Amino acid sequence: MAVLASTALLATEHRSPELNTLRATLSVLVDPLKYLVDMPATLAEQAAESVSSYRTLKMENERLREEQLAHQARLLKFAALEKENIRLRALLENSFKLGEQVLVAELLSVNMAPYEHIVIVNKGTRFGVHPQQPVLDANGVVGQVFRALPFTSEIMLITDPNHAIPVQVNRNGLLTIAVGSGQINRLVLPYLPSNADIRPGDLLITSGLGGTFPQGYPVAVVDEFTSQPNKAFASITATPKALLDRNRELMIVWSKSTPVPLISRPTASEAEAKTNAAE
Amino acid sequence: MQLNNYAGFFRVILTLVFAMCLRIAPWPGEMAAFNPDWVLLVLIYWSLAIPDRVGIFHAWIFGLLTDVLTGRLLGQYALAYSLVIYICIKLHKRLRRFPMLQQGLFVFFCLLLSQLLLFFIKNLQHPAQLHASFWLPVFTGTLCWPLVYGVLRFVRLSRRLS
Repeated sequence: MAVLASTALLATEHRSPELNTLRATLSVLVDPLKYLVDMPATLAEQAAESVSSYRTLKMENERLREEQLAHQARLLKFAALEKENIRLRALLENSFKLGEQVLVAELLSVNMAPYEHIVIVNKGTRFGVHPQQPVLDANGVVGQVFRALPFTSEIMLITDPNHAIPVQVNRNGLLTIAVGSGQINRLVLPYLPSNADIRPGDLLITSGLGGTFPQGYPVAVVDEFTSQPNKAFASITATPKALLDRNRELMIVWSKSTPVPLISRPTASEAEAKTNAAE
Repeated sequence: MQLNNYAGFFRVILTLVFAMCLRIAPWPGEMAAFNPDWVLLVLIYWSLAIPDRVGIFHAWIFGLLTDVLTGRLLGQYALAYSLVIYICIKLHKRLRRFPMLQQGLFVFFCLLLSQLLLFFIKNLQHPAQLHASFWLPVFTGTLCWPLVYGVLRFVRLSRRLS
């Protein structure tokens, strides 16, 4: 019965984040299991790679090279634009945001609990990951780091029912909040009035409000707008841009929540993030 | 009979670790809701078979590890498991003599109790609206009981544990 008392204590005490060290220590014991469970999937993937034919590999290589060339060309223009943007902001005596550092993390195919859209990746606090970091993939925002453990971290997807992300409509800058629906391919926008200027096909991007997500990343595309005559708010649903259930590689992003002044040196933590990203 | 060989106890730990692996094994799509609570099933078996070696303390430790593993609030599985195992140990002499069907019924109530406790704790955190499939693991767990029983009995007898 002493055990029961201690468990009750644990359950209540966890309201405050003081037990994080205990969780981190225990997770060192448990995390190998996650890698173990993930192993069959990884092995299958490797096997598929090793038996794929020379022709497919060559074709894929060619396609990737073309893609890279296109991206490089676009980046050239982007660099010039970025410089121009900084210059203009300097003219306005405005602050600007430093570029973000990213770390590529791989998904572990592990299922923690049903009804929750939380996934595990193979990078943790040892790589400098910390809670509330935004996570992206090649197409858009995936979610945010929910809990960082030494060897793994838990990432809450934007479709989790407990997750909300501040967004804006790319077309006209209309601000709102996108809430997870619990379905992997759907977000809902419950806080827009029936006469809001929003249409199916509108791109939603992060607004940067709230400070967790950097501004300007694509989140979702509006796919349905129905105004309910007897209710104050319209019912709007959107489809996430990121391939939430198909991707294995995710990018964990380091970005300062507050804009840094124009002339400043990178801090130690950022330098660390940079080396981590290089790894 | 006393169990003094460490190798035997190591096997018990190994089965529990294997159960934890099964707990987080990826199931295709919506099937994940059917995944029963393997750790609790294995704990119930060992607490019925060798209650002098596997007790509330082990249940508590493995509950805590399951909490960390599945990213729950620390202590919620620990609480549920230690309560269920307490009941199992109290009743183990009677339960061992039960036929499979009655044992299955008992396991069903154990799983239901654990799930109810989890639901209760979840509700304390924030009022949660739960899908009916929250209770599915109780049924699948009961259906899996003969399997767990058979496999663990084999593990136990192959090493002459008790």
